[in-house]
Amino acid sequence: MVLEKSSVPFFGTAEQKKRLMAVISEHKDEKGALMPILQKAQDIYGYLPIEVQQIIADEMDIPLEKVYGVVTFYAQFSTHPKGRYRISVCLGTACYVKGSGDIFNRLVERLGINGGEITPDGKFSLDACRCIGACGLAPVMTINDDVYGRLTVDDVDRILDKYN
Amino acid sequence: MIRTIEQLNAVKEKSAEVVSTRVNKIDRGYKDVLVCGGTGCTSSGSAKLIKILEDEIKKNGIEEKINIVKTGCFGLCVLGPIMMVYPEGTFYSKVEAGQIPQIVESHLKNGVPVKEFLYSETVNGDEIGTLDDTSFYKKQHRVALRNCGVINPEHIEEYIARDGYQAIYKVLTSMTPDDVIQTLLDSGLRGRGGGGFPTGLKWKFAKASVNEQKYVCCNADEGDPGAFMDRSVLEGDPHAVIEAMEIAGFAIGANQGYIYVRAEYPIAVERLEIAIKQAEEEGLLGDDIFGTGFSFHIGLRLGAGAFVCGEETALMTSIEGNRGEPRPRPPFPAVKGLFEKPTILNNVETYANVCQIILNGAQWFAGMGTEKSKGTKVFALGGKIRNTGLVEVPMGTTLREVIEEIGGGIPNGKKFKAAQTGGPSGGCIPPEHLDVPIDYDNLIFIGSMMGSGGLIVMDEDNCMVDIAKFFLDFTVDESCGKCTACRIGTKRLYEILTKITEGKGTLEDLDKLEELCYYIKENALCGLGQTAPNPVLSTLRYFRDEYIAHVVDKRCPAGVCKELLTIRILPEKCKGCSLCSRKCPVNAISGKIGSPYVVDHSKCLKCGVCMANCKFNAIVMD
Repeated sequence: MVLEKSSVPFFGTAEQKKRLMAVISEHKDEKGALMPILQKAQDIYGYLPIEVQQIIADEMDIPLEKVYGVVTFYAQFSTHPKGRYRISVCLGTACYVKGSGDIFNRLVERLGINGGEITPDGKFSLDACRCIGACGLAPVMTINDDVYGRLTVDDVDRILDKYN
Repeated sequence: MIRTIEQLNAVKEKSAEVVSTRVNKIDRGYKDVLVCGGTGCTSSGSAKLIKILEDEIKKNGIEEKINIVKTGCFGLCVLGPIMMVYPEGTFYSKVEAGQIPQIVESHLKNGVPVKEFLYSETVNGDEIGTLDDTSFYKKQHRVALRNCGVINPEHIEEYIARDGYQAIYKVLTSMTPDDVIQTLLDSGLRGRGGGGFPTGLKWKFAKASVNEQKYVCCNADEGDPGAFMDRSVLEGDPHAVIEAMEIAGFAIGANQGYIYVRAEYPIAVERLEIAIKQAEEEGLLGDDIFGTGFSFHIGLRLGAGAFVCGEETALMTSIEGNRGEPRPRPPFPAVKGLFEKPTILNNVETYANVCQIILNGAQWFAGMGTEKSKGTKVFALGGKIRNTGLVEVPMGTTLREVIEEIGGGIPNGKKFKAAQTGGPSGGCIPPEHLDVPIDYDNLIFIGSMMGSGGLIVMDEDNCMVDIAKFFLDFTVDESCGKCTACRIGTKRLYEILTKITEGKGTLEDLDKLEELCYYIKENALCGLGQTAPNPVLSTLRYFRDEYIAHVVDKRCPAGVCKELLTIRILPEKCKGCSLCSRKCPVNAISGKIGSPYVVDHSKCLKCGVCMANCKFNAIVMD
């Protein structure tokens, strides 16, 4: 199911593979190495397509289903690519009681995608997250590393226009 | 390298003088400018401010006279970015880039604070107060947060200046493991992650397990939405956690520790990495600490966004590199934990108290709080409250004091409806219980729980059924799926709540909800599942009238549940022009020309065509 979302074919470069192999050989013999390796692999590729999971399984000599099981368990791992602009709306309690649900719905409407999806041009991806800890600025959303706080629904249009 | 107490004290003396400008407000001919570098203030732009501050200071040629310190969280996040100037202790709030040149020239160079940029509560005519004079800080008592917003967490010397690594020295040279455990037992310290299990007892069990390899873990996977106590400790005082883990290692006989920290906390992760490296370089972490033969190492493990990993057995399964699913207990971790070895797991805030207890004694700590809950508790105040931020108060303080005095009350003249503690595992506390002294047992008695310390305030505009649904949405999403009671039970709860918020619920549904809640509580495998029904149960208990309004009257009193809103024509504004009646696609509006029209709710589709066409704004949806 989750894999179907990845409509973009996988293009890994030799350089990326070299970095991944270095990460694997660095951590391979540590106890509980799979998580740190997956985290670094996601840093390298931006996401964890089945091809990357296969390399990790082969190199660590563990079954692919074990790797896949761990990848799909944790919200932070993604099996599909993210947009150039990664939008994340905080739906933690402090933001929710201050109306972040409306902010999220407005983005769904504007971008025409649901949470966890990416626009067809690969520009925006939208996710709901649980508390980034900037509760003093609630409701909050982030676009890549920029934080936007004390939002109203009307701010959404203005902010999106900045990226168009 | 620090190998002896003399060397440690030499560093302490030297750096104590450096921090005395801000700690003791001693004028030593230069100023300390403290800028909050916690997540809250960084999000509101404090990193950029530091850059501008540096440029301006250079421009004014006063680099020699100014010491910029990037600290951890001051607590008053809503006023960020925050900047303090010492030795005076003046408090600039919501600092903007454009204000910096004036602050630098007038205050830092010429010694005249810029009153209009100071936090208004600290300015009284010509008198300028400090942070301690504000109503937000007056009632607070900082133990776990004592160094947050005071020291630069990236400089180990500043931690040493504040008695850092004295506790581990004391433990290694003058105490036995049993002494340490007894001190903790006497102090009455209970786990700050939510459960409230006595910390000393946990350590005692782990010590009693015989095994050559044991582990000390730190739970920094703070997953409650709206809670950020642990993050602030890690960002503001990471060494306090490291030192406490060493003490735990000595007490139970472990030489390896792991800190499991949320990857969503990049600043905390970075500060921890720096702190571990500095402690290792100084010989205060690693092999043969203080030449006593005791060795202790710490590894960092990053979480990957799974709430259930805050549960102790799930956390250990995750460190082992697996899906973070909980395991049945017994065996308890103290017998068989991480990698099947005896393990203790404590929360960040629990560790943050340990060194202070060792240095000041069990009696000092037991002197604070209530009969069964000792010490202080940190709360993350959020939601509909004026002073959003981090507060630390003695156990036994009432919710009313925290919300109305420290938190400054509800903004916009709205009425308080409920305080939510304990996150998705907790409950909503109604106004009639505001005067209950906060401690572990009282909160459970009134149907909530301490949890890790998130405290979200809700006002009359929040619908309690919607809030219960919000938490169930969270639990459904975060349920690991291992046990049926939680995997399917929470989903069913969510569906019934959705039905109610859509106006399709019946009174029978309320009974079904309650029955299912108790079933899940009894049968779920881990703490996440067992406590998942709490938000439903507590809202049913205290806000049943709101549920009844949704079910019987098909009405949402707070005006939140969209499906329950109705279209009304305001008779005082309606001119009786009949336009709405003609535009309505289902003929739901009728009346006589010249007098106010009315909506037939049995026919109305709430499409809003009438509202869009009315020229007199006489039609509302509420």
